Amino acid sequence: MSDTEEKSHGSRGSFFGRRFARIREINKKYAGHHVTMTPAVKVALFLLRIYLLVLVAILFVKFFTILAGR
Amino acid sequence: MPPPGQEQDMKTPTAQPTQRKNGLGIVPRLYYSARRGWKWFAIFLTVTGPGVIVMVADNDAGGITTYAATGAKYGYGLLWFLIILGPVAYVIQEMTVRLGAVTKRGHAEAIFDAFGPFWGWFSLTDLLLTDWLTLITEFIGMTAALSIFHIPPLLTVIVVSIIMILMVLQGRYWTWEKIALFFCLFNLVYIPGAILVHPSVSDIIHTGVIPNFPGGFNNNMFFFLMANIGTTIAPWMIFFQQSSVVDKSLKERDIPWGRLDTAVGAVATVLVAVFIIITTGSVLKGSAVQDAASAAVALMGINKWVGTLLAIGLFDAGFLGAICISLASSWAFGEVFGWAHSLNNKIKQAPWFYASYVLLLASAGTVVLLPGAPLVLITLFVQVIATTLLPAAMVFLILLLNDKERMGEYRNTVLQNIITVGVVIVIVALSTMYAVTTLFPNLLK
Repeated sequence: MSDTEEKSHGSRGSFFGRRFARIREINKKYAGHHVTMTPAVKVALFLLRIYLLVLVAILFVKFFTILAGR
Repeated sequence: MPPPGQEQDMKTPTAQPTQRKNGLGIVPRLYYSARRGWKWFAIFLTVTGPGVIVMVADNDAGGITTYAATGAKYGYGLLWFLIILGPVAYVIQEMTVRLGAVTKRGHAEAIFDAFGPFWGWFSLTDLLLTDWLTLITEFIGMTAALSIFHIPPLLTVIVVSIIMILMVLQGRYWTWEKIALFFCLFNLVYIPGAILVHPSVSDIIHTGVIPNFPGGFNNNMFFFLMANIGTTIAPWMIFFQQSSVVDKSLKERDIPWGRLDTAVGAVATVLVAVFIIITTGSVLKGSAVQDAASAAVALMGINKWVGTLLAIGLFDAGFLGAICISLASSWAFGEVFGWAHSLNNKIKQAPWFYASYVLLLASAGTVVLLPGAPLVLITLFVQVIATTLLPAAMVFLILLLNDKERMGEYRNTVLQNIITVGVVIVIVALSTMYAVTTLFPNLLK
């Protein structure tokens, strides 16, 4: 399906269909980085990913601790 | 080069005004100085807004509770820590002024544009969740404050929501800003409140200004320090001020005024925090304060006026926090989804922007009214969720401020980077420890 067809299909579709079409549009509009990817930027983004993964892991541990406690 | 005969003539016109000026009497000179001062003040009043509002709103219902509890637990002992947090908050918020004025984009849109949809959606959904949960805590604060005056929570939620909706629907950013600034003034009620309890200035200077950890650095102390950091630097503030700068159409030439606006706000936020700690530290020291409302009730038993002022201040803090937090989310969604998202728009021009604002307020207000809603759990959860967004928002802020292509001459200098990166590393490390100890309270014991 071409982009135009996809858009027109989205605009005619259900409420959620239209919202998802809009989200796809946003993803397309902002696809890729538009910041100069210096080594410092790459390292910062990498560390941020690791940090968030650790934080999510901690939240999961807490979640299962609560479940086990019950 | 002019002929020698004309040299003196050329100097004369420049010399004359100086002579004339110096020849003015003291009264005209005072008059011109006052007029110049008034002109600068008028410009400041025009440009002031986002910085003062965001900083004062930062002392929200949760913040007031934290300060009241800090004073009750440690007296004046941690005043120095609050004084340090003022410049830290300024350093972070000043960057949003520059980023907003130069790029003319809110923080959410700037993240999408610079780092792509993954980080964009992460920031947006995390912001929405954090804001919604924080909004619930603001309603908790407002209903608790007015319950002291026997006003039922249902009436508080309805009336407050209507006022907040009317504030944005009037269709002018300028009017909204000035109303918000008016409510900021009420935040200063803590100053007369503190004066009424007759604190010892000598004690404040000797025990509060010199850095120390009363009772030693232990798990409890760490929890209080982190709670104070968490209430002074919040992720929504970054999103709010940048969007506000954009909606106000501040330009690059307005950046110095934006900095002054933010600095004045930082001073106000520290002043309010310090005076709350002085109030509870003077009369409630040693008692366990669970929340600001119970502190107000306890203070009423000692001095009716002080307790009343604390309750009024708590309501105002929740109100200011609520209007800023709900706007921060609506602005962010408007930027990303491409909706019209200015307070200068009428409802017909920006229906989704206003609908999201109303929806956020109504849903948060409803949760507070639900019988048996896990309000304590929500308050705790806010801190944890905010911790995931704060490092990300600050890292993006610094990376964007260092993008030469985007920021040009307004990008961070080496000194600014040393300060901001240092601040971010400390805050990220401490807030992570805070999140972990909130989830696992026995970890540091």
